Amino acid sequence: MTSFLPPSDRIWWKVPVGREEVVWIAIALTWCLIMFLMMPYWHIYGKQNLSNEAYQTTPAKFGAKVEEMIKAHKVRDESGMPVVAPPAGSDVYMLGRLWQWWPILELEKDKSYRLHLSSMDWQHGFSIQPINVNLQIVPGYEMVLTVTPDKAGEYGVICNEYCGIGHHTMLGKIYVK
Amino acid sequence: MSLFRTCPDSGFYFHKSAESLMKVNAVAAAVALLVAGVLGLGVVLTRWQEVHLLDAATFYMVLTGHGINALIFWIIFFEMAILYFASSTLLRCRLAAPKWGWFAFILMIVGAVMNNIAVFQGNSSVMMTSYAPMQAAPMFYLGLILFAVGALIGCFIFFGTLVIAKNENTYEGSVPLVTFGAVTAAVIAVFTIASGAIILVPTLLWSVGYIGHIDAEMYRVIWWGMGHSSQQINVSAHVAVWYLIAGVVFGARPMSEKVSRTAYLLYIFFLQLACAHHILVDPGISSEWKVFNTSYAMYLAVLASMIHGLTVPGAIEVAQREKGFTQGLFEWLRKAPWGNPVFSGMFISLVVFGFVGGITGVVMGTEQINLIIHNTIYVPAHFHATVAVGTTLAFMALTYLLIPVLFRRKVFMPWMAKMQPYVFGGGMTILALFMLGAGTLGVSRRHWDMDFTGALLTFEYAGIAYTMMAIGAIGGVLGVVGGAMYLLVTVGSLLFGEKLEPSAGFLQSFGKGLDASCYSSGDPGRAEAAPAVEHHGSAGFEAPGTFALALLLLVTFIVYYFINWKYLASVWQLG
Repeated sequence: MTSFLPPSDRIWWKVPVGREEVVWIAIALTWCLIMFLMMPYWHIYGKQNLSNEAYQTTPAKFGAKVEEMIKAHKVRDESGMPVVAPPAGSDVYMLGRLWQWWPILELEKDKSYRLHLSSMDWQHGFSIQPINVNLQIVPGYEMVLTVTPDKAGEYGVICNEYCGIGHHTMLGKIYVK
Repeated sequence: MSLFRTCPDSGFYFHKSAESLMKVNAVAAAVALLVAGVLGLGVVLTRWQEVHLLDAATFYMVLTGHGINALIFWIIFFEMAILYFASSTLLRCRLAAPKWGWFAFILMIVGAVMNNIAVFQGNSSVMMTSYAPMQAAPMFYLGLILFAVGALIGCFIFFGTLVIAKNENTYEGSVPLVTFGAVTAAVIAVFTIASGAIILVPTLLWSVGYIGHIDAEMYRVIWWGMGHSSQQINVSAHVAVWYLIAGVVFGARPMSEKVSRTAYLLYIFFLQLACAHHILVDPGISSEWKVFNTSYAMYLAVLASMIHGLTVPGAIEVAQREKGFTQGLFEWLRKAPWGNPVFSGMFISLVVFGFVGGITGVVMGTEQINLIIHNTIYVPAHFHATVAVGTTLAFMALTYLLIPVLFRRKVFMPWMAKMQPYVFGGGMTILALFMLGAGTLGVSRRHWDMDFTGALLTFEYAGIAYTMMAIGAIGGVLGVVGGAMYLLVTVGSLLFGEKLEPSAGFLQSFGKGLDASCYSSGDPGRAEAAPAVEHHGSAGFEAPGTFALALLLLVTFIVYYFINWKYLASVWQLG
C-alpha cells in the first residue's frame, strides 16, 4: 500500500527501474518521435497543408474585394445568391457572415485557385462537405490557401463554428466542373 | 487547536476543518453534475435528428450550460476535494487556512451560480468557449472569474498545507505518489488560471464597454492556454485517483516511484502554454509554431500518459500476482473485483481514456490531420472519452470509496452502485465511438439541425451519419441514466445509507462535522513510509499481461493514426 503512503525507500530515485517499464518507455518514445516527424514530413511530401498565408483585414476591405470578383465573373443567380466562375488560377473569395457563405463559387476540376476567406462579423467554421475539410474563419483576418479540387461535383459549405441562432441555416456551395 | 479523527475502517486521517471542506466541495460538485446531466439529456435528444427535442435557441442555451457545468463546475469542485484530501489526509497534516478554504468555496459557489443565471437568462448562449466577438452578459464572465479566483485560493491552501506538513514533519521521506500527482494538478492549475485571467478579465471589461475591441484570434490563442492546460489538470488528478484506487483496493505499490513521478513532471514541463491543438486551422499562425507547440518535438506529455497507462494496471497486476493470481497472462485481471464499483469504475476509466480518448486526441491534434476533424462532432466525441469516461468516471469511483470513509455511511443500494460504472462508462463510450464516426462523415459540432431547415441552399449528409448520431444519442441517454444512478446512490447514501460509527447526519453535506467525541486534538502521529518491499524491479517481466495490453494499445494507435493520414491524402490538394 504505497501509492498513498510516502515511498518505502527514502532514496527512491536510485531504485532501479523494472525491465518492462524501460522497454515500454523506449517503444513509446520512439512512437512519439515518429508522430512528431510525420508533421514536417507531410509539409515536404504531403499534398494537404495550410499555407500560413494570412493578412489582417477589415470587413469593409474584404467585402469590397468579394464584390469586385462577383461583378467581374458572375455567371448566374441561384436561390438569390450570385454564382461566380472566376478563371482558373485566379484569386477567388468567399466571405462568411450571419448567416451566409457568399457567393457561390464555380471552379474547374484539377485547376488551382487562391482561395481567400474571412468573416464579416463573428467567427465561422468553413467546412466543405462531403470531403470534410474544415477551416477556422476569424474576423479581421484574411486566410489565403491554394485549393485544387480533384473531383467534379456539388459541395456544401457548412458553418461549423457556432455563430448564433441562425447558425444551422448558414450553408454555402461550391461547384466543381 | 486542530482536531483530528481517524477512520476506524480505512485508517485515513481527517483534520476536522479539511474534512468539512472536502464534503461541501464534493456535494457542490454533485449538484453541478446533476445540472450538467439534465442539460446533457436535452443536448443528445436534440442532436438525435429523429427526436430533435429542443428549439434552436433553447438548444444553444442548454449546450452552453451543459459544457460549463460538466467541464468546469463539476470537475473543479471535485478537484478541490481531492486537493484537500491529497494534502491534509494523506500527509496527516492540518489544513492551511481553513477559513480561506471556506472563502474560496463561497466564491466558487457565487461564481457558478452567477454564470448559470447569466446562461439561463438566455442572452449568454455563447458556448463554453465564448469566442469573441460574440458577446455574453458581463455576469457570465464575472461568474467564471470569481469561480477561478476561488479555485486559485484552493490551490494555494493546498500548497500551504504541503509547507506546513514539511515544517511540522508530519510524514517520513517524500510525499506519497498520489500527493505528487495532486501537486502536478495544482501547479498546472495555477498556470491555467493565470491564462484564464489574462483573457477573461479584458473580455469582462469589453462586455461592460470599457474596452472597445478584443482581437478574435488573440482571444483564441490565450483562451486555449486556459482551455487546453485545464484538461491536463484533469488528467493529472484522475491519474492520481487511479493510483489511489489501485493502492486502496489491491494494496498495489507503484512499479517505480521514479518512473511515475517523472511522468507527472513531463505533464508540467511539456504541456504548459500549449494551446495550438485548438487553433491548427486558424489564420495567421505559422505551421512551425503549431507543430512545436502541440508536440514540443517529442510528444512528451503523450509519453507520460502512455507511461501511466502501463504503470497503473502494472502495479495492480504485480499486487494480484503476489496474491497468487498467476495463471496465464490475464488471471490477475479476470479475478479482479469487477463487482466493486471502485475498481470497475477506475478500470473502465483507464481503458477508455487510453484507447478512445488518448488515441483520438493525439490524432486530431496532429497539424494536418486536424483539417479533416476540426469542429466536427469528432471533437466532443474525443473529449467525452477523456473527460466523461476518463475523469468523471474516475471521480465517481473515488466517491464510492469516500462514502464510508469520509461521510461514514454505507453505500446505499449497492446493487445499483455495482452496475453504475458499466451503465455510465458503456453509454458514454457508445456516445463517443459513434460521434467519432459521425464526425468523420463531416457532421458539425454545436449545430442544431443536420437538415439545415430554413437555409437558402441545401446539403444532405450521408444516411449513415444520421444512424451514427442516433446510436450515439442512445449511448448518451444511457450515460445520463448512469449519471442519475450515481447521484441516486450518493445522495441516497447521505440520506438513507446505514450509519457507520461514528457517523453524522445529513447536515454533514453542508460541512457539519461528526459528533465532537470523534475528534481529538492529540498529535495525529506521522505518516509512516510504506512497508519496505523485498525486491524492486527485476530482470524478468513482473507484469506481462499489462505489457501485452500496452502493446495492443500501441498497435491500435499506430493503425488508427495512419488510417487518418490515408484519409487526409484523399481530400483536395491544399497548400
